[in-house]
Amino acid sequence: MDFISTHFLSLILFLPALAAVFMLFLPKEEIKLLRWFALGASLIPFLLSVSIWFQFKSSIPGFQFQERYEWYEALGSTVHLGVDGLSLTMVLLTTLLTPLAILASFNITDKVKAYMMLFLFLETGMLGVFMSLDLLVFFVFWEVGLIPMYFLINQWGSANRNYASMKFLIFTMGGSLGLLLAIQLLGVLFETYDLLALTQRWTSLQPDSTLLGMSVSTVKAIAFWAFTIAFAIKVPIWPFHTWLPDAHTEAPTAGSMILAGVLLKLGAYGFLRLILPLYPVEARYFAGALAFLATAAIIFGALASFAQTDFKRLVAYSSVNHMGFVVLGIAAAGLAHGTPDATIALNGAILQMFNHGLSAAGMFFLVGVLYERTHTRNLEEYGGLFTLVPIYGGILIFTSMASLGLPGLNGFISEFLIVRGSWPILTIYTAVSMLGLFFTGAYILKALKKVLHGPLNEHWSHGEHKLTEINTREMLVMAPLILLMLWIGIYPAWILDVINKAVMMLF
Amino acid sequence: MSTETIIWLIPLPPALAFFLIVLFTNRNKALSHMVAVGAALLSWLGSMIVFARALGVEHLGERPFTSSMNWLAMGDTWFRVGVLVDPLTALMLFFVSWTVLMIFIYSIGYHNFGQPEGDHDHKGLPPHGATIEEHGRKHVVPSVEPMYSRFFAFIGLFAFGMFTLVVSDNLLTLFIGWEIMGLCSYLLIGFWYGKKSARDAAVKAFMTTRIGDVFMLLGIAYLYSVTGTLSFREIFTETTLHTLQMIPSGALGFSTAGLIGLLLFIGTVGKSAQFPLHVWLPDAMEGPTPVSAMIHAATMVSAGVYTVIRMFPLLSLDAQTMSVVAFIGAFTALFAATIALAQNDIKRVLAYSTISQLGFMIAALGIGAYVAAVFHLITHAFFKALLFLGSGSVIHGMEHGAYHTGDHKVDPQDMFNMGGLKNKMPITFWTFLIGGFALSGFPIVTAGFWSKDEILADAFAHNLPVFITLAIAAFLTAFYTMRQITLTFLGEPRTEEARRAHETPWTMTFPLLVLSVLAIGYGWVGIPENFPILGGLFPNWLHEFVGETLAERPEAVEFNFVPLLTSLVVALGGLGLGYLTYRNVNSSAEDKLQLGFLKNKYYVDEIYNAVFINPAIWFADKVVYQIMDKGFIDGILHLFGPGTQGIGDGIRNYFDLPFINRFLGDGSANVTYFSGEKLRVIQTGRIQQYLMFALILFLAIGAILYFFIFSA
Repeated sequence: MDFISTHFLSLILFLPALAAVFMLFLPKEEIKLLRWFALGASLIPFLLSVSIWFQFKSSIPGFQFQERYEWYEALGSTVHLGVDGLSLTMVLLTTLLTPLAILASFNITDKVKAYMMLFLFLETGMLGVFMSLDLLVFFVFWEVGLIPMYFLINQWGSANRNYASMKFLIFTMGGSLGLLLAIQLLGVLFETYDLLALTQRWTSLQPDSTLLGMSVSTVKAIAFWAFTIAFAIKVPIWPFHTWLPDAHTEAPTAGSMILAGVLLKLGAYGFLRLILPLYPVEARYFAGALAFLATAAIIFGALASFAQTDFKRLVAYSSVNHMGFVVLGIAAAGLAHGTPDATIALNGAILQMFNHGLSAAGMFFLVGVLYERTHTRNLEEYGGLFTLVPIYGGILIFTSMASLGLPGLNGFISEFLIVRGSWPILTIYTAVSMLGLFFTGAYILKALKKVLHGPLNEHWSHGEHKLTEINTREMLVMAPLILLMLWIGIYPAWILDVINKAVMMLF
Repeated sequence: MSTETIIWLIPLPPALAFFLIVLFTNRNKALSHMVAVGAALLSWLGSMIVFARALGVEHLGERPFTSSMNWLAMGDTWFRVGVLVDPLTALMLFFVSWTVLMIFIYSIGYHNFGQPEGDHDHKGLPPHGATIEEHGRKHVVPSVEPMYSRFFAFIGLFAFGMFTLVVSDNLLTLFIGWEIMGLCSYLLIGFWYGKKSARDAAVKAFMTTRIGDVFMLLGIAYLYSVTGTLSFREIFTETTLHTLQMIPSGALGFSTAGLIGLLLFIGTVGKSAQFPLHVWLPDAMEGPTPVSAMIHAATMVSAGVYTVIRMFPLLSLDAQTMSVVAFIGAFTALFAATIALAQNDIKRVLAYSTISQLGFMIAALGIGAYVAAVFHLITHAFFKALLFLGSGSVIHGMEHGAYHTGDHKVDPQDMFNMGGLKNKMPITFWTFLIGGFALSGFPIVTAGFWSKDEILADAFAHNLPVFITLAIAAFLTAFYTMRQITLTFLGEPRTEEARRAHETPWTMTFPLLVLSVLAIGYGWVGIPENFPILGGLFPNWLHEFVGETLAERPEAVEFNFVPLLTSLVVALGGLGLGYLTYRNVNSSAEDKLQLGFLKNKYYVDEIYNAVFINPAIWFADKVVYQIMDKGFIDGILHLFGPGTQGIGDGIRNYFDLPFINRFLGDGSANVTYFSGEKLRVIQTGRIQQYLMFALILFLAIGAILYFFIFSA
């Protein structure tokens, strides 16, 4: 037990990858065994992270459960793991969504072994980003997460998967080139990649001194944008968002769940963990630009979503809309570092990340449930399905309402906090972004109207096409999400308190 | 139990009923409605206890019941939520719990509980009736609603939203209740989602009110940023209000208080269906009739007015905001009343009258008549719930007639198909008459007279244009109400269906009776003290009680004969003229008021479609998605593909192939080949010759080595 209690983070981080390697030796015909093994392997990190959630002392500043291992001595890079309230929230989200995504994939029959292995590798990649306190290791995990997702889209995706997977991979990799260079710059300057040491030294550089033949402020501005673009693509911020609808739409259901649920959060996490602490001056200087892009994402994301006829694409665009609010909160915090308003905005942004993880994963899963039965995503081909599948309909309305930000459910709390925090700092942008909030209602209701309401499309009511009700396994996937949406909506203090304390100590 | 605990508990039973019905009892109709009605009864009981205890507290306004707890962590502080019962809330609880309970009971009969399943009823469509065999004869009877349980679940959630809103001590939980009702109204208006009109109406209701909601959310965020609190008791302190009044907002000359008030008021404009966001309410008639009563009388629209009443201390700080409020209210009161003149659907007339009456309340607030607005809100809730439920009863009776005749083309809601229902449905008639007279402000007897008279008296004292506008609107109200009563109940039946209509079951008539008692009796609590003869017989309890909610108790206006005479004249004149005009009208062709622009509601819907909705759809699809995302952004991205391909091709064609391949690659091979070819001649196979070469080479290397090493 001692080993476990001193190695919580590395266990959570590497268990999925080890399990994936172990799966190599399992027979590939035993589909059931593979599925249950993968599910079990992803549940252990979840239980461990629930356990550290309760052990975590939110009032203590700094990182907890730290572990440090030598890795690349010549470069000064170590595997340094640790979590604070911000990363712990994200770790919990990741370890929660991965088993659900695996459970959601139990209907996959093609190349199950490779599929499950990729999912487990993906989990390690994502967790590594949230846990590492060393920039080089951060970058390694950042890239590691891409590869499994590329193959998941490329091998198990739908019709246009080649285009989508390629766009996803190239776009994100293109973004990370600048990030890699900027990280190298920091590493070369200070001969360490440790985040804590770097932050302190990098921010204390005199702005009027010179670096690489340029003034420090110029170098910092360039590095700031290198970081920003990499994370902006991942979030994604308008206008770097067009990979998202393609990737989400073509990915297999569980892939979309993880893409929207966790991968987008990596970008926002990058803003919070690296950009705000490393570039406070630049973040303040460029906050207006960031807020502009965030508002554009909120409005155009909602409008584009409203224009869709493909159910999954509609949900995909809704992510652009929702993540726009996260960035708006971040921009507000960048502009007014350390003020109470900024704290509220950041509380909202982080909670919104968690909430969007729940609702987007739920929405994508529900789209998948329907797609699996009907083999179409075209909204025009549904209609009146509420009559045929009342339970599914109820769950869909519930999840849609959480996504819409209905008060009483989780999304409202975070959106309210962001609006409240941003209003005094970025009044005009906040006011304009309400237009996006309005259209959020429009696209959600459009989807509900086309899918559930309307005259019944008789095609689905009898014969071989008869639409079947959501089954027990699928309800099991939704149950934890629904409970959390309701719980956070009614009593958010349990999670918001942890986030709030982390924000207060960090910024 | 302490009063505070009861207040916390009041909203819970309906919410619990919602979950119970959805999760467990949805297959059992009787159990479902028992759960729902039981929950409404519990909330009613709690409200009555709280109301009674509130009456026993002296100076409740200064010492209300409050209780709160930590909810959201906000930096160093917590956002607290809690409950508050002051005189205003106590009155709200009283009328909300009564109307909600009556509507719940009424729904049992309205949805034909106890009747057989329909022959070919579908979920999502109204029931069409069932054929049964009795004494060897087949005939059609009403059939039970296929989604009976679901209806009770939804109205349970709706009631939860309303009670939450009423007992909240802060704007945020008020907003939560507000939005939950918005969702429920969406679900209930679209209850028969198989009908296109219902579907569209549901979306329209949600989206129109959402316009108001996003402004309201901004107002809440603004208020919270400036004052650091959303609790009513903390905002309405002298220092906070003074600060809000003094800081200019920087927009259009409003003070901060004025701008916040305006943003919150826009929320009310949406929720209480004031011009220009009134368009959703008439369409909301697509829902089942108890829903109409729920939305239009007891709950949602009242919620909007309640919020303005609640925020009155803030709004009244800025004269500019107040005049906006007064203008919108008065304009809506008249505007909607004119449209109601030309409507033939029994429920639509009531819908426009609701919009108009809400305009009365808003206008009253805009001129500072706080107590009058509260008074009219409550009396209106009673008589409008009564009227809606009565119209549902009429429709039900007409449908009954339609089952007999078997003709389903006759619209059971068109008043020109009715007539003479007085004798067929006596309870419905007499209660409807009471409700209609209350709405028209029939003097002395009805509650509507007292509340409307008070508004007119205040308006006369403070704002003459508003007074004149409202007086005209009141006249029109009496006129179209009498038109409705005459066309529906008086004269001879105009169709076979009307001839065959008959009274509805007790579950529907009992709520009508209860509500008609309240629609009359409730007026007596607010008779002005200096009213001729009657004044002083009863103390003007309402004014004393409600007035305490405000820090400065409002003074009752001086008695004046002009407004009193005006309200007498407009009420009696309107009623009389309505009867005289319509007693002999037998078809819509004979109705001279069927003017195009009135029938088409001044074409507001068409204008909105052309100016906002269609352009928005076009912009979203064509501009944002097709041009911006697909065309421009993806276009640039797609240039990268051919771009890099081009660079790659260029490198291959102009560097790799000619230089590396041909020159270096092929070139070196060619050189080797060529030299091999040339050197082949020396490969003769003769040892002597090889030795000769070796010797020459040896000497040559030796000479070179000697030259470089030893001579250097």
